[in-house]
Amino acid sequence: MSAFYVLVVASIAVAGAFLGAFIWSVRSDQFEDKEGSAMRMLYDDEVKQSTNKV
Amino acid sequence: MPTVSRNKSTVIIERPLQKEPVCYHCGTLCITQGIAIEDKAFCCEGCKLVYEILNENGLCDYYKLQSHPGLSQIKPVRNDKFSYLDNEEIASKLYKFNDGKNVIVTLYIPGVHCSSCMWLMEHMNRMEPGITESRLNFSTKEVTIRFRKDIVSLRKVAELMATIGYEPYISLDDADGKERKTYNKKLIYKLGIAGFCFGNIMMLSFPEYLSGDASIEHKYAQLFRMFSLLLSLPAFFYSGSEFFISAWKGIKQRMLNIDAPIALALLITFTRSVYEILSGSGSGFLDSMSGIVFFMLVGRVVQERTYRSISFHRDYKAYFPIAVNVLIPSGIENRSIRDLKEKDVVQLHNDEIIPADGVVIKGHANVDYSFVTGESEPVGIEVGGLVYAGGRQVGEQLTMEVTKPVAASYLTSLWNHFSFSKNKSRQNDANSVTHVLSRYFTYVLLTLAAIAAVYWAINDPSKILPSVSAMLIVACPCALLLSTTYTNGNLLRIFSNNGLFLRDATVIEQLGKIDHIVFDKTGTLTQGSTHIEYVGHQLSEMEKDWLAATIASSKHPYSRALATYIGPRAAISLSGWKETAGKGIEAYICTDRILVGSAKFIGVPGEGKEREQGTVYVRINNKVTAFSITSDVRKPVPIMLQKLRKSYSMSLLSGDNDRQKDMVKSLFSLSSAMLFEQKPIDKLHYIEKLQAKGAKVLMLGDGLNDAGALQQSNVGITLADDINNFTPSCDAILDANKFALFPSMMRLARSARVIIATSFIISIIYNIAGLYISVQGKMSPMIAAILMPVSTISIVLITTGLGSLVAMRFGLSLKSNSAAPGK
Repeated sequence: MSAFYVLVVASIAVAGAFLGAFIWSVRSDQFEDKEGSAMRMLYDDEVKQSTNKV
Repeated sequence: MPTVSRNKSTVIIERPLQKEPVCYHCGTLCITQGIAIEDKAFCCEGCKLVYEILNENGLCDYYKLQSHPGLSQIKPVRNDKFSYLDNEEIASKLYKFNDGKNVIVTLYIPGVHCSSCMWLMEHMNRMEPGITESRLNFSTKEVTIRFRKDIVSLRKVAELMATIGYEPYISLDDADGKERKTYNKKLIYKLGIAGFCFGNIMMLSFPEYLSGDASIEHKYAQLFRMFSLLLSLPAFFYSGSEFFISAWKGIKQRMLNIDAPIALALLITFTRSVYEILSGSGSGFLDSMSGIVFFMLVGRVVQERTYRSISFHRDYKAYFPIAVNVLIPSGIENRSIRDLKEKDVVQLHNDEIIPADGVVIKGHANVDYSFVTGESEPVGIEVGGLVYAGGRQVGEQLTMEVTKPVAASYLTSLWNHFSFSKNKSRQNDANSVTHVLSRYFTYVLLTLAAIAAVYWAINDPSKILPSVSAMLIVACPCALLLSTTYTNGNLLRIFSNNGLFLRDATVIEQLGKIDHIVFDKTGTLTQGSTHIEYVGHQLSEMEKDWLAATIASSKHPYSRALATYIGPRAAISLSGWKETAGKGIEAYICTDRILVGSAKFIGVPGEGKEREQGTVYVRINNKVTAFSITSDVRKPVPIMLQKLRKSYSMSLLSGDNDRQKDMVKSLFSLSSAMLFEQKPIDKLHYIEKLQAKGAKVLMLGDGLNDAGALQQSNVGITLADDINNFTPSCDAILDANKFALFPSMMRLARSARVIIATSFIISIIYNIAGLYISVQGKMSPMIAAILMPVSTISIVLITTGLGSLVAMRFGLSLKSNSAAPGK
């Protein structure tokens, strides 16, 4: 039944990794501007020069 | 900045007038024709210029993300408006970081409202190579710009932003290093950790739920329990600290708030669980405890919805500019307002705010005091007259001598007089229905527990501890707390989707108790846009064309109103044009002479009261006619007042004279009080008087002149055409475009109490069921673990569902339809 111990430790470790990721995301201000990030990802930034110069 | 080539060959479109052209840049109706590039029409030269700049820099994606994303450029920014930023001393106050070469600065841009704005703000480096990076925080509307000081100055950056329509708003507040409103990071940490602990403890508890007593081997059971205990520590000590701190604060003020019984329940559950696990006598209730902490924190996050781009606590500092032009012997100097002294000579341009009380030395002052007094008509003041801080100069350049420093001005003293009742929010909180209910709840519970303890002390002393602790654990009022936090959180969201932004959740309850509504007139019931009538005889079509051409480039509010009234006309070139500020316009079309302005200006005997009535005279050669311009009642007001009349008593307070009395009278019921020529302090006293009679007063106002009344009232709502503009300190801000929904929102606020009461009854039923089970000694961790999430989730669903349902029935929208609050 030693597999049991391994599994428990493994599951806690996985959960701990997610907790670490969460703490990192809060620390790096990812919750600061939720609306902005949602828009920013939609820009397709090709470098365009004047499309129709007048 | 690349040079801007003004396009000379603008194409005049001679299109029939049926299809009204809208500006390609900002989407407003084009009043003047002929400003166009290819097939794109613009409402003004300003909008066209912005388009040209963007086009030249290959930034036309701006128009692809949203149609008509721009802001109207009809009011141009004065060239030297940001010249004070050249003063290194002033500019350095705004720098966040400065190593002599690289500078980081954060500027507030009220105009930001959509994804196009965001895109443009983050691509400014294409227009100005000196800018290395710019990043916009959409929630706070603040752009953080990093630029090379050796290539470009802060003034240039600010001017570039102003030219493309995103003028930064720099006020005295920024220089004072005002604290930026930030979100509650700690609460998010607490929530995440509570969720982590809750989930894992639940997982470790499953074997125990499913196995009954026998099958799971003892050593594994004990291991899992120890793990659970370990995991519960952060949930209890870190995440749960939220409730302990709040409860302790309440007890220190000799008050039992809702967090007190919750903290008690958490403490007892935790102690009993630790005891059971360590003594090996049971598995404890750690899963339920961490679950409660988690769900309650979710509720708190939902309720802590903050509108970070809107400020509810502004003072006069946010209204004042950071610097003014001071005349010194060697020329003009930009001086910070703080350093303004008596005898300083200040130069003011059109649309600038008078920073301190003073005397006019040169120029004709035409001061708009609407923000201070509520009187909408600008006041003319000649040389030698006194002007007061807070007014706005309209028209020509003005030179004045400061007689009192900023801190001693009338406006500042007015403000300081008003800002006495600071802790309104906390007072509201203490008297809220939740806290009152929870107090009773706590007393009843403690009494019951005492009775049970006495009973068992007589019959079987060994059962005192288990039964009493079980009671306290089960009867935790978390359902009550949950129902209020989720109801309020949901309502806050619904209100904001419909254009009413509340300072915090306590305002909802106050709003539900209101029985008397006080309206301000100018700017609240009436608005800037105007009602125009012919006083003289009608103009012919050709004459209308002439008039339109004459007033097209004037920025006087009456000219703009008149231009809108006449509508789009054919473009006619003028052979001569001259505007005399404060008097009128003179124009020539070939040899025909057109005069627009006051009676005196065009040379007819005025009736003397033209000022009051806002009459504009027009003279075309020898023919004279006139337009009367009065401020118009906002469109939804009549219907809205009719709806409100049924359930509320109402009053009207106006800083204006009573010339519009008759018009307003018809809107109110006969019993409503109507007071005119009210000074700010009169308004405040009037509300005090109503409150002394026991009324719960809602004040609906708009300007600084209402600031005192807004503070004094139970709920002060500011009506704003642009919610990002300066508003006085208040409890809520209402978007003027959504004024029609106001009665529905009031009804919804009233329903909030019913919804909370309903969910409270449901939570009581759960409590009774829980107590019934625990009294019989059948409360197992498994039943607790099932009962807890089921009761929580059902209550959350019921409260949010009820709130949304009621809102829908009142005709409020549930979805956010104001993606562009800045527009």
